Amino acid sequence: MTATPDTTARTDGAPLVKLTEAGKSYGNIIALTGVNLEVSRAEVTCVLGDNGAGKSTLIKIIAGLHKHTEGTYEVEGEQVQFNSPREALNRGIATVYQDLAVVPLMPVWRNFFLGNEVRRGLSMDIAAMRRMAKQELLDMGIDLRDVEQPIGTLSGGERQCVAIARAVHFGAKVLILDEPTAALGVRQSGVVLRYIIQARERGLGVVFITHNPHHAYPVGDRFLLLKRGRSIGYFRKNEVTREDLTAMMAGGAELEELSHELERGGGAAAEAAHVLEEEVKELGITAETAGGGDAMAGQPGEQYTPGERYQQS
Amino acid sequence: MSQTLEAPAAPPRDERIVQKSLLARLLTRPEIGALVAAIAIYIFFFIVAEPFRTPAALSTVLYASSVIGIPATAVALLMIGGEFDLSAGVAVTSGALVASLTSYQLHLNVWVGVLISLVVLLAIGFINGWLLIKTGLPSFLVTLGTFFMLTGLNLAVTKMVSGGVATSNISDMDGFNAASAVFASDFNVGGVSIRITMLWWFLFVAASTWVLLRTHLGNWIFAVGGADASARAVGVPVARVKIGLFMFVSFAAWFTGMHILFQFNTVQSGEGVGNEFLYIIAAVVGGCLLTGGYGSAIGAAIGAFIFGMTTQGIVYAGWNPDWFKFFLGAMLLLATVLNTFIRRRAETKK
Repeated sequence: MTATPDTTARTDGAPLVKLTEAGKSYGNIIALTGVNLEVSRAEVTCVLGDNGAGKSTLIKIIAGLHKHTEGTYEVEGEQVQFNSPREALNRGIATVYQDLAVVPLMPVWRNFFLGNEVRRGLSMDIAAMRRMAKQELLDMGIDLRDVEQPIGTLSGGERQCVAIARAVHFGAKVLILDEPTAALGVRQSGVVLRYIIQARERGLGVVFITHNPHHAYPVGDRFLLLKRGRSIGYFRKNEVTREDLTAMMAGGAELEELSHELERGGGAAAEAAHVLEEEVKELGITAETAGGGDAMAGQPGEQYTPGERYQQS
Repeated sequence: MSQTLEAPAAPPRDERIVQKSLLARLLTRPEIGALVAAIAIYIFFFIVAEPFRTPAALSTVLYASSVIGIPATAVALLMIGGEFDLSAGVAVTSGALVASLTSYQLHLNVWVGVLISLVVLLAIGFINGWLLIKTGLPSFLVTLGTFFMLTGLNLAVTKMVSGGVATSNISDMDGFNAASAVFASDFNVGGVSIRITMLWWFLFVAASTWVLLRTHLGNWIFAVGGADASARAVGVPVARVKIGLFMFVSFAAWFTGMHILFQFNTVQSGEGVGNEFLYIIAAVVGGCLLTGGYGSAIGAAIGAFIFGMTTQGIVYAGWNPDWFKFFLGAMLLLATVLNTFIRRRAETKK
């Protein structure tokens, strides 16, 4: 039996997922420390960060793959310590990984119901599963020609959407999307962003992990920026502009360095360096606002602790 | 979703799907390459070998096919699940030896020996699967190990217990006739002899096909073979599915072993070596991918039928049977090339 999304919204207002000063260390390596994050019903929280910023560690904590070693992790107001992804899933926290956990040679509907097959006696109710898969995908706005085609024949964006639709169908309250747009082209990324909005409109909480502020800003309600395992900012949408995000993500110092590097190359590279310099100026990035590593004094999100900077609305 | 859903009205056809012709739909099946080859080989022997045309010859072919086909069905399922079993060939002999030796040496009813043999073989299957999961080694290595161990055990234990290389005749023991009726009888239909293994073979194929295509277990088998990490991530019990598949292979090996025992009354302890490849070839010719996740039980049945036709056809045509292995190898290459070609077509055609 499959759980359908819980429609009786909890009224106590506790966020679906809340991390307070959470962190994780592997032996003497601190992968993540002092991270605050909240995801509420019908909200998209974006986690931004470059490679090695601690995004995957954060996902693994929320998804139940790893236990956090500091701070607290609450689900709907209750402190938790997950031992396995299955436990997280039972609390309605579903993760869509980059590899999507699909079997390429199997038909779409078989993938959709894999591990949660609808049974009728000893066999499966194939007609019902085909119909539900098609309907569920249609509800997400994906009109597949044929749910019988191997999922490997779908485009990257479509596959991503099938994985999201599957998580939604099986009762996810919180969706964790691990870089869903990383490997996609512009149009496909747009499609996936639309499904993220769809999921939010259906009342789900979404944790959207990305390194692209241009993908995060249009769909996000809150933004958490990570750098070297630390939070370098946590904002509501009205507290931050896309330019701020880009500036913090890019890191002014690094952009400047890149521009110098290119300039040395001369020719076309120097031209590119020029463009980059212009952009840096336009965004108003200085090494100070961008914050390199530990230089976090004066950061907008620095003093922030949940519930202090803004009250729950 | 077990709530009652009204029977759907005929769903409106999606205008983007061109109604495919029967032929086009047939071409996307995994077993199609084997079917074409089987028909071609049948026609070939039908032309060159006159005795091949009789119903009696067809019966002989089907019998030879069934003895390979029963284990090949299970091996096909295992291969769809992404694993090999190189020990299946000698496990057949082990099964026959265990049943024969225990019942003869301990003066038991043969049915007791048959049951002990079943338990022993299921344990072998379990050990194969368990070792695979625990060690993380490829099944090729694990079952290569058990293959040699079983080969040695078959010879050594038989010699130790009975003093010879073959077991004693058990045909006058209690329960022999009943067991023989179940595993190795034959009957006449319209003057043509039907061996009971043909019926059992049919049952194995039908049941396996049903499990593969109509049950959640089939879904899991395809998934663990196609992408086991993905299967695990969505909650499929990968280890249990794989161990179960190895045990099904040993079950089929036990069944074949029982047939051999009650057909010939004695068992040669050195037999069975090399047969594991016949099972794998039947499965691969029938469309199973070596990498797992794709294939069919019906395909393996057709593969076994091709095997039966070639072994018997060469004899009927009056050729030197030494040629058989050459044909077998050539067939394997041809069929896999054909299958790869067809699968690519099937995948690109949306």
